[in-house]
Amino acid sequence: MRHIISILMENEAGALSRVAGLFSARGYNIESLTVAPTNDPSLSRMTLVTTGTDEILEQITKQLNKLIDVVKLQDMTEGEHIEREMMLLKVRVADTEARDEVKRLTDIFRGHIVDVTETIFTIELTGASDKLDAFIDSVDRFPILEVVRSGTIGISRGEKTLSI
Amino acid sequence: MELTGAEIFVNCLRDEGVEYVFGYPGGAVLHIYDALYKQEDVKHVLVRHEQAATHAADGYARSTGRPGVALVTSGPGATNAVTGIATAYMDSIPLIVITGQVPTSLIGNDAFQEVDSVGITRPCVKHNFLVKDVRDLAVTMKKAFYVATTGRPGPVVIDIPKDVTAERCEYHYPEKVEMRSYNPVLKGNARQIRKAVELLLSARRPMIYTGGGVILDNASQPLTELTRRLGFPITNTLMGLGAYPATDRQFVGMLGMHGTYEANLAMHNCDVLLAVGARFDDRVTGNVEKFCPMAKIIHVDVDPASISKNVKVDIPIVGSVANVLTELLEQLDAADGEVDREALDVWWKQIEEWRSMDCLKYDRSSDVIKPQYVVEKLYEVTGGDAFITSDVGQHQMWAAQYYKFDKPRRWINSGGLGTMGFGMPAAMGVQLAHPDATVACITGEGSIQMCIQELSTIRQYGLPLKIICLNNGYLGMVRQWQEFFYQGRYAMSYMESLPDFVKLAESYGAMGMHIDKPGDVEAALKEAMQVRDRAVFLNFVTDSEENVYPMIPAGAGQNEMILV
Repeated sequence: MRHIISILMENEAGALSRVAGLFSARGYNIESLTVAPTNDPSLSRMTLVTTGTDEILEQITKQLNKLIDVVKLQDMTEGEHIEREMMLLKVRVADTEARDEVKRLTDIFRGHIVDVTETIFTIELTGASDKLDAFIDSVDRFPILEVVRSGTIGISRGEKTLSI
Repeated sequence: MELTGAEIFVNCLRDEGVEYVFGYPGGAVLHIYDALYKQEDVKHVLVRHEQAATHAADGYARSTGRPGVALVTSGPGATNAVTGIATAYMDSIPLIVITGQVPTSLIGNDAFQEVDSVGITRPCVKHNFLVKDVRDLAVTMKKAFYVATTGRPGPVVIDIPKDVTAERCEYHYPEKVEMRSYNPVLKGNARQIRKAVELLLSARRPMIYTGGGVILDNASQPLTELTRRLGFPITNTLMGLGAYPATDRQFVGMLGMHGTYEANLAMHNCDVLLAVGARFDDRVTGNVEKFCPMAKIIHVDVDPASISKNVKVDIPIVGSVANVLTELLEQLDAADGEVDREALDVWWKQIEEWRSMDCLKYDRSSDVIKPQYVVEKLYEVTGGDAFITSDVGQHQMWAAQYYKFDKPRRWINSGGLGTMGFGMPAAMGVQLAHPDATVACITGEGSIQMCIQELSTIRQYGLPLKIICLNNGYLGMVRQWQEFFYQGRYAMSYMESLPDFVKLAESYGAMGMHIDKPGDVEAALKEAMQVRDRAVFLNFVTDSEENVYPMIPAGAGQNEMILV
């Protein structure tokens, strides 16, 4: 099963490599990983998407907690949460018909066209990962030149927070 | 008054109560060596290879319970230390390893003797630090000692660039340090402990299985008390030997791949298993699918990640082993029920039957020296009271099987990583920590050559070590596996061109002895024990084809042992 693990860690050099090293050394999957400082500049928040059985997930969270730089972590998928990923996608739109169709699809998916040339649209889209996948599928008949995705971030709903 | 980083470093060691630093100088640590030269509080022991510095610090730590300290230079100094760091990591030994580093301005430039020490050691340390500012040095040192010695202990590396050791600032060593990201759980959950007591009292065929965690947490006393109070059989892992007196009737020997028949069968047939400070290593469990098929399992460990890692357990208890054992005893006294003595008697009868197989018997009438016999005689001659280090291989197993350890911290070996070359340098650390004790290193002609250069260190510091070399001319454990599983194709396991160990020892100022008759073993050992002014190298020519029994082949269950 897919899990989103959010990790608060000391904002120190090498913290990211400790997490990445742990995953490669123990053979765990990383689907995506994103990290940036929080409102408290001494803390970084990392969001990691991984898959595995319950036993493997138990080990992953235990091993992450064992890293000295990890302050706190939470498996978002255990409760109600909001997840988002951002994508920038560059697509070739050769004629008016293509431009209209891509514009329409972008609107349907609540994306924005953020850069336009004569034959190219660059589209910004935010949402859960499967929504981004669906958008790629739907514009797939036009030549997609480039895709960049931020990796998933997540936050739990309501009172529950991951903070110190 | 402002001090240099090097002086601050040495002051930190002094204020931490460090007695010995095992090290080797080099360019990046010259300021530190200069500061060491100018003081007398911290004694430096000069090894002959950085691997030995870490093993010696490790032996010091294992035999005393205090953290061992090693100091090496950048680049090759650091990479040579990695084997020793990984050895300590696998066995959870508190070690502080300081690696010199090129000046901060050169980091990343592929400078002379530069390696990314923090990167290289990251997967085999509990934690590591790069100190980039002299003002962070003292607090980093404090954190390193704190992290290394608390919770599940382990090695910590501090990488210090040369310019940091030259810069100056005020020295203040913090009394204690708090880290918001590191707070090991030490007190066991009372409800879980109550459930454990209930399960223990309901047992009909109980078993206690304990590992190195009991020794690391100095919990032998509560473990012994609890075991006697319950009357249950107990087995120790390779790392846990000495936690419970081996000469006691309730001790059924070591378990695992080369454990006793009675220990492994008791494990296989038990209905309740109390696991304490052990980590269900593959050498213990054999095939996990067949492990303790009938047992409900209680697991006490300070490291939550060790619980249900290899074997799913029923009652996990996270906490310091000593705390939890003490609380188990208290709750046991307060509990309503009692142990089912009748069922226990039946269980013990069964165990005694297994024990009567005498699975450790060997040919005592042989006219070549049997390696087991040497260990047995060593046990007798030393009154069972020596510190025994070992290398890795058959001799290590025979030492574990035939030397009966009644006290903790007396048996010092590389269990997790299985590092050949560990034994002799580790023995140096043990002997320095216990100058009047008998310290023997049981080794083989293969392992001893991996750190043989340390005979020079041993000479320099006048260490009266007894090196018990069980020389069978083979890499014995490799040979044994090749005999069992590779139809006797002895690929590269025969040791050709061995040195004359007697002459070699003598050239290092040690006493060399060559023993090739069983009748001479005891006298030679007795003679060696009298020597206190230098080391003795006893080269025992032993049966070249002796195997370690019993044996559970890899992938088999605990009840599928090969006996003699």
